[in-house]
Amino acid sequence: MLLIHCPWCGLRAETEFRCAGPVKPPRSEFIDKSDEAWLEYLYQADNRRGILEEYWCHEKGCGEWFKLRRDTATHEIMDGDTDS
Amino acid sequence: MRSDQRYSIFTLIGGAVRAHRNWKPAWRNPQPKKQYDVVIVGGGGHGLATAYYLAKNHGIHNVAVVERNWIGGGNSGRNTAVVRSNYLRDISIQFFDKSLQLYEGLSRELNYNIMLSQRSEVDVLLTTVSMRNMRRRALNMNRLGIEFQMLTPDQVRQRIPILAPMENCRLPILGGSVQERAGIARHDAIVWGYARGADSYGVDIIQNAEVTAIRRGEDGAVTAIETSRGRIKTNKLAIATGNENAAVASLVDLRLPLRCYNLQAFVSEPIKPVLDVVVNCPDLGVYLSHSDKGELVIGGATDAQQISFRKGGKFPMLEDTVSGLLELFPSFRRLKLMRQWGGALEFAQDGSPIVSATEVKGFYVSAGWWGGFKAIPAGGMTFAHLIARDEPHPLAAGYGMERFSTLNYLLEGGTTVPTD
Repeated sequence: MLLIHCPWCGLRAETEFRCAGPVKPPRSEFIDKSDEAWLEYLYQADNRRGILEEYWCHEKGCGEWFKLRRDTATHEIMDGDTDS
Repeated sequence: MRSDQRYSIFTLIGGAVRAHRNWKPAWRNPQPKKQYDVVIVGGGGHGLATAYYLAKNHGIHNVAVVERNWIGGGNSGRNTAVVRSNYLRDISIQFFDKSLQLYEGLSRELNYNIMLSQRSEVDVLLTTVSMRNMRRRALNMNRLGIEFQMLTPDQVRQRIPILAPMENCRLPILGGSVQERAGIARHDAIVWGYARGADSYGVDIIQNAEVTAIRRGEDGAVTAIETSRGRIKTNKLAIATGNENAAVASLVDLRLPLRCYNLQAFVSEPIKPVLDVVVNCPDLGVYLSHSDKGELVIGGATDAQQISFRKGGKFPMLEDTVSGLLELFPSFRRLKLMRQWGGALEFAQDGSPIVSATEVKGFYVSAGWWGGFKAIPAGGMTFAHLIARDEPHPLAAGYGMERFSTLNYLLEGGTTVPTD
Protein backbone atom coordinates (compact mmCIF):
# COMPACT_ATOMS: atom_id res chain seq x y z
CA MET A 1 0.00 0.00 0.00
CA LEU A 2 1.26 3.42 -0.89
CA LEU A 3 1.08 6.09 1.73
CA ILE A 4 0.31 9.53 0.40
CA HIS A 5 0.99 12.70 2.29
CA CYS A 6 -2.16 14.81 2.23
CA PRO A 7 -1.15 18.38 3.01
CA TRP A 8 -4.04 18.65 5.49
CA CYS A 9 -4.40 15.16 6.96
CA GLY A 10 -0.87 13.82 6.86
CA LEU A 11 0.09 10.32 5.74
CA ARG A 12 -2.93 8.33 4.61
CA ALA A 13 -3.58 5.15 2.59
CA GLU A 14 -3.62 5.43 -1.18
CA THR A 15 -7.14 4.03 -1.38
CA GLU A 16 -8.51 7.24 0.16
CA PHE A 17 -7.26 9.27 -2.78
CA ARG A 18 -8.23 9.81 -6.36
CA CYS A 19 -5.80 10.73 -9.09
CA ALA A 20 -7.06 13.18 -11.70
CA GLY A 21 -4.14 12.98 -14.07
CA PRO A 22 -1.18 15.14 -14.97
CA VAL A 23 -1.27 18.86 -14.34
CA LYS A 24 -2.13 20.90 -17.45
CA PRO A 25 -2.18 24.63 -18.03
CA PRO A 26 -5.63 26.10 -17.27
CA ARG A 27 -8.40 25.47 -19.79
CA SER A 28 -8.65 29.17 -20.60
CA GLU A 29 -5.27 28.91 -22.31
CA PHE A 30 -6.72 26.47 -24.87
CA ILE A 31 -10.38 27.14 -25.32
CA ASP A 32 -10.41 30.30 -27.40
CA LYS A 33 -7.33 29.70 -29.51
CA SER A 34 -8.00 27.14 -32.22
CA ASP A 35 -9.60 23.79 -32.76
CA GLU A 36 -6.17 22.16 -32.65
CA ALA A 37 -5.39 23.71 -29.27
CA TRP A 38 -8.73 22.55 -27.92
CA LEU A 39 -8.19 19.01 -29.19
CA GLU A 40 -4.76 19.08 -27.60
CA TYR A 41 -6.37 20.01 -24.29
CA LEU A 42 -8.94 17.22 -24.63
CA TYR A 43 -6.71 14.34 -25.68
CA GLN A 44 -3.09 14.85 -24.87
CA ALA A 45 -1.72 13.76 -21.55
CA ASP A 46 1.87 13.57 -20.49
CA ASN A 47 2.03 9.82 -21.05
CA ARG A 48 5.62 8.97 -20.24
CA ARG A 49 7.98 7.19 -17.89
CA GLY A 50 9.38 9.38 -15.18
CA ILE A 51 8.23 11.96 -12.70
CA LEU A 52 4.87 13.59 -13.45
CA GLU A 53 3.16 16.35 -11.55
CA GLU A 54 -0.44 15.31 -10.96
CA TYR A 55 -3.68 16.52 -9.41
CA TRP A 56 -4.88 14.36 -6.55
CA CYS A 57 -7.94 14.60 -4.37
CA HIS A 58 -8.24 13.25 -0.84
CA GLU A 59 -11.67 12.01 -1.86
CA LYS A 60 -12.46 9.80 1.13
CA GLY A 61 -10.85 12.17 3.61
CA CYS A 62 -10.85 15.94 3.77
CA GLY A 63 -11.88 16.28 0.12
CA GLU A 64 -9.18 18.79 -0.71
CA TRP A 65 -7.28 18.93 -3.98
CA PHE A 66 -3.53 19.17 -4.17
CA LYS A 67 -0.63 18.48 -6.51
CA LEU A 68 2.03 15.88 -6.03
CA ARG A 69 4.87 14.46 -8.03
CA ARG A 70 4.93 10.73 -8.78
CA ASP A 71 7.26 8.47 -10.72
CA THR A 72 5.19 6.54 -13.29
CA ALA A 73 7.80 3.79 -13.60
CA THR A 74 8.09 2.99 -9.88
CA HIS A 75 4.95 4.63 -8.36
CA GLU A 76 7.25 6.39 -5.90
CA ILE A 77 5.66 9.56 -4.56
CA MET A 78 7.62 12.72 -3.95
CA ASP A 79 6.45 15.46 -1.59
CA GLY A 80 3.09 17.03 -2.34
CA ASP A 81 2.55 20.73 -2.56
CA THR A 82 -0.48 22.75 -1.55
CA ASP A 83 -0.74 25.79 -3.81
CA SER A 84 -3.51 24.69 -6.12
CA MET B 1 4.01 -21.46 -45.88
CA ARG B 2 7.47 -22.52 -46.89
CA SER B 3 9.77 -23.60 -44.13
CA ASP B 4 12.86 -25.74 -44.30
CA GLN B 5 11.46 -27.67 -41.37
CA ARG B 6 7.73 -28.28 -41.35
CA TYR B 7 6.48 -29.81 -38.13
CA SER B 8 4.43 -32.98 -38.33
CA ILE B 9 3.97 -36.28 -36.57
CA PHE B 10 6.77 -37.69 -38.77
CA THR B 11 9.32 -34.99 -37.88
CA LEU B 12 8.36 -35.53 -34.25
CA ILE B 13 8.98 -39.29 -34.47
CA GLY B 14 12.16 -38.60 -36.43
CA GLY B 15 13.27 -36.24 -33.72
CA ALA B 16 12.58 -38.81 -31.03
CA VAL B 17 14.62 -41.40 -32.89
CA ARG B 18 17.54 -38.98 -33.22
CA ALA B 19 17.33 -37.92 -29.54
CA HIS B 20 15.95 -34.54 -30.65
CA ARG B 21 19.27 -33.39 -32.05
CA ASN B 22 17.75 -32.64 -35.47
CA TRP B 23 15.81 -29.49 -34.57
CA LYS B 24 16.98 -26.24 -36.09
CA PRO B 25 16.22 -22.78 -34.69
CA ALA B 26 12.70 -21.76 -35.75
CA TRP B 27 13.91 -18.40 -37.07
CA ARG B 28 17.25 -16.92 -38.09
CA ASN B 29 19.13 -14.31 -36.12
CA PRO B 30 20.41 -12.16 -38.99
CA GLN B 31 22.58 -9.06 -39.11
CA PRO B 32 20.50 -6.06 -40.15
CA LYS B 33 20.72 -5.18 -43.82
CA LYS B 34 21.39 -1.59 -44.94
CA GLN B 35 17.92 -1.08 -46.35
CA TYR B 36 14.41 -2.54 -46.09
CA ASP B 37 11.12 -1.78 -47.83
CA VAL B 38 9.35 -1.77 -44.46
CA VAL B 39 10.77 -1.64 -40.94
CA ILE B 40 8.48 -2.59 -38.09
CA VAL B 41 9.51 -1.47 -34.62
CA GLY B 42 8.32 -3.82 -31.91
CA GLY B 43 8.70 -7.60 -31.96
CA GLY B 44 5.56 -8.51 -30.08
CA GLY B 45 2.54 -10.32 -31.44
CA HIS B 46 1.29 -7.32 -33.43
CA GLY B 47 4.68 -6.45 -34.98
CA LEU B 48 5.44 -10.02 -36.01
CA ALA B 49 1.91 -10.66 -37.30
CA THR B 50 2.17 -7.47 -39.37
CA ALA B 51 5.45 -8.67 -40.89
CA TYR B 52 3.93 -12.08 -41.61
CA TYR B 53 0.87 -10.65 -43.40
CA LEU B 54 3.00 -8.10 -45.30
CA ALA B 55 4.92 -11.01 -46.77
CA LYS B 56 2.03 -13.43 -47.17
CA ASN B 57 -0.82 -11.17 -48.34
CA HIS B 58 1.08 -8.36 -50.04
CA GLY B 59 4.27 -9.99 -51.31
CA ILE B 60 6.54 -7.56 -49.45
CA HIS B 61 9.39 -9.77 -48.25
CA ASN B 62 12.15 -7.20 -47.67
CA VAL B 63 10.93 -6.44 -44.15
CA ALA B 64 12.70 -6.12 -40.80
CA VAL B 65 11.18 -6.40 -37.33
CA VAL B 66 13.34 -4.45 -34.90
CA GLU B 67 12.96 -5.37 -31.24
CA ARG B 68 14.68 -3.69 -28.30
CA ASN B 69 14.78 -6.79 -26.10
CA TRP B 70 13.69 -10.26 -27.20
CA ILE B 71 10.56 -11.05 -29.19
CA GLY B 72 7.42 -11.62 -27.14
CA GLY B 73 9.09 -10.24 -24.01
CA GLY B 74 6.72 -7.31 -23.53
CA ASN B 75 2.96 -7.35 -23.17
CA SER B 76 2.70 -10.38 -25.50
CA GLY B 77 4.21 -12.32 -22.64
CA ARG B 78 2.29 -10.59 -19.85
CA ASN B 79 -1.35 -11.05 -20.82
CA THR B 80 -3.89 -13.61 -19.60
CA ALA B 81 -4.28 -15.22 -23.06
CA VAL B 82 -8.06 -14.82 -23.37
CA VAL B 83 -9.55 -14.59 -26.88
CA ARG B 84 -13.13 -13.44 -27.47
CA SER B 85 -15.09 -11.01 -29.63
CA ASN B 86 -17.96 -9.80 -27.42
CA TYR B 87 -17.45 -6.09 -28.00
CA LEU B 88 -19.83 -3.15 -28.00
CA ARG B 89 -19.59 -1.39 -31.37
CA ASP B 90 -20.24 -2.85 -34.80
CA ILE B 91 -16.72 -2.11 -36.00
CA SER B 92 -15.11 -3.67 -32.90
CA ILE B 93 -17.36 -6.74 -33.02
CA GLN B 94 -16.52 -7.39 -36.67
CA PHE B 95 -12.83 -6.64 -36.21
CA PHE B 96 -12.39 -8.84 -33.13
CA ASP B 97 -14.51 -11.62 -34.60
CA LYS B 98 -12.29 -11.65 -37.67
CA SER B 99 -9.39 -11.96 -35.27
CA LEU B 100 -11.05 -14.90 -33.54
CA GLN B 101 -11.72 -16.54 -36.93
CA LEU B 102 -8.06 -16.14 -37.85
CA TYR B 103 -7.07 -17.66 -34.49
CA GLU B 104 -9.29 -20.63 -35.28
CA GLY B 105 -7.23 -21.43 -38.36
CA LEU B 106 -3.87 -20.26 -37.12
CA SER B 107 -2.30 -23.52 -35.90
CA ARG B 108 -2.81 -25.03 -39.35
CA GLU B 109 -1.80 -21.90 -41.22
CA LEU B 110 1.42 -21.37 -39.27
CA ASN B 111 2.15 -25.10 -38.87
CA TYR B 112 2.64 -24.23 -35.22
CA ASN B 113 0.38 -25.35 -32.38
CA ILE B 114 -1.03 -22.23 -30.73
CA MET B 115 -2.95 -24.44 -28.29
CA LEU B 116 -6.24 -22.63 -28.90
CA SER B 117 -8.82 -23.94 -26.46
CA GLN B 118 -12.30 -22.61 -27.27
CA ARG B 119 -13.72 -23.48 -23.90
CA SER B 120 -16.19 -20.55 -23.94
CA GLU B 121 -16.27 -17.50 -21.72
CA VAL B 122 -19.10 -17.17 -19.22
CA ASP B 123 -19.86 -13.77 -17.74
CA VAL B 124 -21.41 -13.99 -14.29
CA LEU B 125 -23.66 -10.99 -13.88
CA LEU B 126 -24.71 -9.63 -10.50
CA THR B 127 -26.25 -6.25 -11.29
CA THR B 128 -28.82 -4.91 -13.72
CA VAL B 129 -26.14 -2.57 -15.12
CA SER B 130 -24.01 -5.41 -16.37
CA MET B 131 -27.06 -7.41 -17.44
CA ARG B 132 -28.08 -4.49 -19.63
CA ASN B 133 -24.54 -4.04 -20.95
CA MET B 134 -24.18 -7.70 -21.92
CA ARG B 135 -27.68 -7.89 -23.38
CA ARG B 136 -26.83 -4.90 -25.54
CA ARG B 137 -23.69 -6.70 -26.72
CA ALA B 138 -25.68 -9.86 -27.41
CA LEU B 139 -28.30 -8.01 -29.48
CA ASN B 140 -25.64 -6.16 -31.46
CA MET B 141 -23.63 -9.29 -32.09
CA ASN B 142 -26.61 -11.42 -33.06
CA ARG B 143 -27.69 -8.72 -35.49
CA LEU B 144 -24.27 -9.13 -37.16
CA GLY B 145 -24.68 -12.91 -37.15
CA ILE B 146 -22.14 -13.58 -34.39
CA GLU B 147 -22.97 -15.96 -31.60
CA PHE B 148 -23.29 -14.54 -28.07
CA GLN B 149 -26.17 -15.38 -25.78
CA MET B 150 -27.65 -14.61 -22.40
CA LEU B 151 -27.94 -17.29 -19.72
CA THR B 152 -30.35 -17.78 -16.83
CA PRO B 153 -28.89 -18.09 -13.31
CA ASP B 154 -29.47 -21.86 -13.46
CA GLN B 155 -27.61 -22.15 -16.75
CA VAL B 156 -24.71 -20.16 -15.25
CA ARG B 157 -24.54 -22.59 -12.32
CA GLN B 158 -24.72 -25.55 -14.67
CA ARG B 159 -21.66 -24.30 -16.51
CA ILE B 160 -19.77 -23.27 -13.36
CA PRO B 161 -20.80 -25.73 -10.61
CA ILE B 162 -18.15 -24.47 -8.21
CA LEU B 163 -19.78 -21.03 -7.87
CA ALA B 164 -20.77 -19.95 -4.36
CA PRO B 165 -24.13 -21.25 -3.16
CA MET B 166 -26.92 -18.72 -3.55
CA GLU B 167 -27.49 -18.08 0.14
CA ASN B 168 -23.91 -16.95 0.66
CA CYS B 169 -23.94 -14.31 -2.04
CA ARG B 170 -23.82 -10.62 -1.18
CA LEU B 171 -25.20 -9.96 -4.65
CA PRO B 172 -27.33 -12.76 -6.12
CA ILE B 173 -26.56 -13.97 -9.63
CA LEU B 174 -29.06 -12.30 -11.96
CA GLY B 175 -27.93 -14.09 -15.05
CA GLY B 176 -25.02 -14.51 -17.37
CA SER B 177 -23.82 -14.43 -20.91
CA VAL B 178 -21.65 -16.77 -22.91
CA GLN B 179 -19.60 -16.76 -26.06
CA GLU B 180 -19.03 -20.39 -26.96
CA ARG B 181 -16.14 -19.66 -29.34
CA ALA B 182 -14.16 -17.66 -26.78
CA GLY B 183 -11.33 -19.28 -24.93
CA ILE B 184 -7.61 -19.12 -24.36
CA ALA B 185 -4.53 -19.66 -26.50
CA ARG B 186 -0.85 -20.09 -25.74
CA HIS B 187 0.54 -16.55 -25.88
CA ASP B 188 4.19 -17.44 -26.54
CA ALA B 189 3.18 -19.79 -29.34
CA ILE B 190 1.39 -16.95 -31.15
CA VAL B 191 4.57 -14.85 -31.07
CA TRP B 192 6.85 -17.73 -32.01
CA GLY B 193 4.50 -19.05 -34.70
CA TYR B 194 4.26 -15.65 -36.41
CA ALA B 195 8.03 -15.14 -36.03
CA ARG B 196 8.71 -18.50 -37.67
CA GLY B 197 6.15 -17.81 -40.39
CA ALA B 198 7.51 -14.34 -41.14
CA ASP B 199 11.09 -15.63 -41.10
CA SER B 200 10.25 -18.34 -43.61
CA TYR B 201 9.15 -15.60 -46.02
CA GLY B 202 12.51 -13.87 -45.60
CA VAL B 203 11.58 -11.30 -42.94
CA ASP B 204 14.59 -10.37 -40.77
CA ILE B 205 13.89 -10.44 -37.03
CA ILE B 206 16.47 -8.22 -35.38
CA GLN B 207 16.52 -8.49 -31.62
CA ASN B 208 18.45 -6.39 -29.08
CA ALA B 209 18.23 -3.37 -31.37
CA GLU B 210 16.85 -0.26 -29.72
CA VAL B 211 15.66 2.60 -31.91
CA THR B 212 17.47 5.76 -30.83
CA ALA B 213 16.54 8.19 -33.61
CA ILE B 214 14.41 8.48 -36.74
CA ARG B 215 15.91 10.31 -39.75
CA ARG B 216 13.66 12.31 -42.05
CA GLY B 217 14.17 13.84 -45.48
CA GLU B 218 13.60 17.46 -46.45
CA ASP B 219 9.90 16.80 -47.11
CA GLY B 220 9.59 15.35 -43.62
CA ALA B 221 9.21 11.77 -44.82
CA VAL B 222 10.93 8.96 -42.94
CA THR B 223 14.24 7.92 -44.53
CA ALA B 224 16.07 5.84 -41.94
CA ILE B 225 16.26 4.80 -38.31
CA GLU B 226 19.26 4.73 -36.01
CA THR B 227 19.42 1.65 -33.81
CA SER B 228 21.89 0.28 -31.33
CA ARG B 229 22.85 -2.13 -34.14
CA GLY B 230 23.42 0.55 -36.74
CA ARG B 231 21.52 2.65 -39.26
CA ILE B 232 18.73 1.04 -41.27
CA LYS B 233 17.29 2.83 -44.29
CA THR B 234 13.59 2.58 -45.02
CA ASN B 235 10.78 4.70 -46.43
CA LYS B 236 8.08 2.95 -44.44
CA LEU B 237 8.38 2.77 -40.69
CA ALA B 238 5.62 1.08 -38.72
CA ILE B 239 5.50 1.09 -34.94
CA ALA B 240 3.76 -1.50 -32.80
CA THR B 241 5.69 -1.07 -29.59
CA GLY B 242 2.95 -1.33 -26.98
CA ASN B 243 3.72 0.90 -24.02
CA GLU B 244 6.54 2.63 -25.91
CA ASN B 245 4.40 3.97 -28.78
CA ALA B 246 4.22 7.48 -27.35
CA ALA B 247 7.97 7.52 -26.71
CA VAL B 248 8.86 6.26 -30.22
CA ALA B 249 6.38 8.65 -31.86
CA SER B 250 7.98 11.53 -29.98
CA LEU B 251 11.13 10.86 -32.04
CA VAL B 252 9.24 12.35 -35.01
CA ASP B 253 7.61 15.02 -32.80
CA LEU B 254 4.26 13.28 -33.00
CA ARG B 255 2.01 13.21 -29.96
CA LEU B 256 -0.36 10.28 -29.72
CA PRO B 257 -3.58 10.53 -27.67
CA LEU B 258 -2.62 7.61 -25.45
CA ARG B 259 -2.45 6.83 -21.76
CA CYS B 260 -0.90 3.81 -20.06
CA TYR B 261 -2.56 2.28 -17.00
CA ASN B 262 -1.56 -0.59 -14.76
CA LEU B 263 -3.21 -4.02 -14.92
CA GLN B 264 -2.16 -7.00 -12.91
CA ALA B 265 -2.63 -10.73 -12.93
CA PHE B 266 -1.88 -13.65 -10.64
CA VAL B 267 -1.34 -17.37 -10.88
CA SER B 268 -2.36 -19.80 -8.16
CA GLU B 269 -0.72 -23.06 -7.20
CA PRO B 270 -1.70 -25.96 -9.50
CA ILE B 271 -4.92 -27.73 -8.55
CA LYS B 272 -7.14 -30.46 -9.97
CA PRO B 273 -9.54 -29.37 -12.73
CA VAL B 274 -12.36 -27.21 -11.33
CA LEU B 275 -13.22 -24.82 -14.14
CA ASP B 276 -13.63 -25.71 -17.81
CA VAL B 277 -14.66 -22.24 -18.98
CA VAL B 278 -13.20 -18.76 -18.76
CA VAL B 279 -15.14 -16.95 -16.02
CA ASN B 280 -15.56 -13.20 -16.04
CA CYS B 281 -17.40 -11.18 -13.43
CA PRO B 282 -17.67 -7.51 -14.37
CA ASP B 283 -19.38 -6.60 -11.11
CA LEU B 284 -16.60 -7.90 -8.90
CA GLY B 285 -13.78 -6.92 -11.28
CA VAL B 286 -12.24 -10.34 -11.66
CA TYR B 287 -11.79 -12.94 -14.39
CA LEU B 288 -10.07 -16.28 -14.38
CA SER B 289 -9.35 -19.45 -16.29
CA HIS B 290 -7.81 -22.78 -15.41
CA SER B 291 -4.57 -23.25 -17.32
CA ASP B 292 -3.40 -26.54 -18.80
CA LYS B 293 -0.76 -26.70 -16.06
CA GLY B 294 -3.47 -26.64 -13.42
CA GLU B 295 -2.89 -23.12 -12.22
CA LEU B 296 -5.73 -20.64 -11.99
CA VAL B 297 -4.85 -17.55 -14.03
CA ILE B 298 -6.59 -14.61 -12.38
CA GLY B 299 -6.87 -11.08 -13.68
CA GLY B 300 -8.26 -7.98 -12.07
CA ALA B 301 -9.61 -4.65 -13.20
CA THR B 302 -7.51 -1.90 -14.71
CA ASP B 303 -6.22 0.76 -12.36
CA ALA B 304 -7.51 3.42 -14.72
CA GLN B 305 -6.66 6.45 -12.66
CA GLN B 306 -2.95 6.96 -12.76
CA ILE B 307 -0.57 6.89 -15.68
CA SER B 308 1.72 3.99 -14.97
CA PHE B 309 4.49 2.09 -16.71
CA ARG B 310 5.31 -0.12 -13.76
CA LYS B 311 5.70 -3.83 -14.52
CA GLY B 312 4.38 -4.78 -11.12
CA GLY B 313 1.09 -4.63 -9.28
CA LYS B 314 -0.40 -2.73 -6.42
CA PHE B 315 -1.67 -4.15 -3.16
CA PRO B 316 -5.07 -2.38 -3.12
CA MET B 317 -5.91 -3.90 -6.52
CA LEU B 318 -4.66 -7.30 -5.39
CA GLU B 319 -6.94 -7.08 -2.37
CA ASP B 320 -9.94 -5.99 -4.49
CA THR B 321 -9.39 -8.78 -7.00
CA VAL B 322 -8.92 -11.49 -4.41
CA SER B 323 -11.96 -10.41 -2.40
CA GLY B 324 -14.04 -10.48 -5.59
CA LEU B 325 -12.68 -13.91 -6.43
CA LEU B 326 -13.56 -15.28 -3.00
CA GLU B 327 -17.05 -13.84 -3.17
CA LEU B 328 -17.70 -15.93 -6.30
CA PHE B 329 -15.64 -18.95 -5.23
CA PRO B 330 -15.41 -19.22 -1.41
CA SER B 331 -13.80 -22.64 -1.85
CA PHE B 332 -10.65 -20.95 -3.20
CA ARG B 333 -9.96 -19.25 0.13
CA ARG B 334 -7.04 -21.47 1.06
CA LEU B 335 -5.50 -21.35 -2.38
CA LYS B 336 -2.00 -19.90 -2.51
CA LEU B 337 -0.97 -17.40 -5.14
CA MET B 338 2.37 -18.39 -6.61
CA ARG B 339 3.17 -15.52 -8.93
CA GLN B 340 1.91 -12.05 -9.55
CA TRP B 341 2.83 -9.63 -12.30
CA GLY B 342 1.65 -6.40 -13.81
CA GLY B 343 2.01 -4.40 -16.94
CA ALA B 344 0.80 -1.28 -18.63
CA LEU B 345 -2.28 -1.19 -20.84
CA GLU B 346 -2.26 1.48 -23.49
CA PHE B 347 -5.56 3.28 -24.05
CA ALA B 348 -6.60 5.78 -26.68
CA GLN B 349 -9.04 8.38 -25.49
CA ASP B 350 -12.12 6.49 -26.71
CA GLY B 351 -10.96 2.99 -25.79
CA SER B 352 -10.62 1.81 -29.40
CA PRO B 353 -7.28 1.01 -31.03
CA ILE B 354 -5.40 3.19 -33.49
CA VAL B 355 -4.32 1.60 -36.78
CA SER B 356 -3.35 4.63 -38.75
CA ALA B 357 -1.06 6.52 -41.05
CA THR B 358 0.13 9.82 -39.60
CA GLU B 359 0.93 13.33 -40.71
CA VAL B 360 4.56 12.19 -40.98
CA LYS B 361 4.94 10.55 -44.38
CA GLY B 362 5.99 6.92 -44.14
CA PHE B 363 5.23 6.66 -40.41
CA TYR B 364 2.47 4.24 -39.38
CA VAL B 365 1.09 3.54 -35.93
CA SER B 366 -0.64 0.54 -34.40
CA ALA B 367 -1.44 1.51 -30.83
CA GLY B 368 -3.97 1.58 -28.02
CA TRP B 369 -4.23 -2.21 -27.90
CA TRP B 370 -5.33 -2.68 -24.32
CA GLY B 371 -6.55 -6.24 -24.45
CA GLY B 372 -4.55 -6.54 -27.63
CA PHE B 373 -3.67 -10.21 -27.40
CA LYS B 374 -7.00 -11.27 -28.88
CA ALA B 375 -6.51 -8.71 -31.64
CA ILE B 376 -3.11 -9.93 -32.85
CA PRO B 377 -4.17 -11.70 -36.09
CA ALA B 378 -6.62 -9.03 -37.28
CA GLY B 379 -4.39 -6.23 -36.00
CA GLY B 380 -1.45 -7.59 -37.99
CA MET B 381 -3.57 -8.24 -41.06
CA THR B 382 -5.14 -4.77 -41.17
CA PHE B 383 -1.89 -2.96 -40.27
CA ALA B 384 -0.07 -4.82 -43.06
CA HIS B 385 -2.83 -3.78 -45.49
CA LEU B 386 -2.46 -0.14 -44.45
CA ILE B 387 1.34 -0.17 -44.81
CA ALA B 388 1.36 -2.00 -48.13
CA ARG B 389 -1.44 -0.09 -49.89
CA ASP B 390 -1.50 3.22 -48.02
CA GLU B 391 -5.22 2.84 -47.47
CA PRO B 392 -6.95 1.36 -44.44
CA HIS B 393 -8.31 -2.17 -44.47
CA PRO B 394 -12.15 -2.05 -44.53
CA LEU B 395 -12.28 -3.78 -41.13
CA ALA B 396 -10.10 -1.12 -39.51
CA ALA B 397 -11.26 1.88 -41.50
CA GLY B 398 -12.67 3.50 -38.37
CA TYR B 399 -9.44 3.12 -36.42
CA GLY B 400 -7.64 6.04 -38.10
CA MET B 401 -6.24 8.82 -35.98
CA GLU B 402 -8.32 11.46 -37.79
CA ARG B 403 -11.30 10.36 -35.69
CA PHE B 404 -9.97 12.47 -32.84
CA SER B 405 -10.13 15.68 -34.85
CA THR B 406 -13.44 14.87 -36.56
CA LEU B 407 -14.87 13.72 -33.21
CA ASN B 408 -15.89 10.35 -34.65
CA TYR B 409 -15.17 8.48 -31.47
CA LEU B 410 -15.59 4.74 -31.18
CA LEU B 411 -16.36 4.51 -27.50
CA GLU B 412 -15.51 1.01 -26.41
CA GLY B 413 -15.57 -0.57 -22.99
CA GLY B 414 -14.00 -3.53 -21.30
CA THR B 415 -15.93 -6.47 -19.94
CA THR B 416 -14.19 -6.72 -16.58
CA VAL B 417 -15.55 -3.37 -15.47
CA PRO B 418 -19.02 -2.43 -16.70
CA THR B 419 -19.06 0.67 -18.86
CA ASP B 420 -22.34 2.06 -19.94
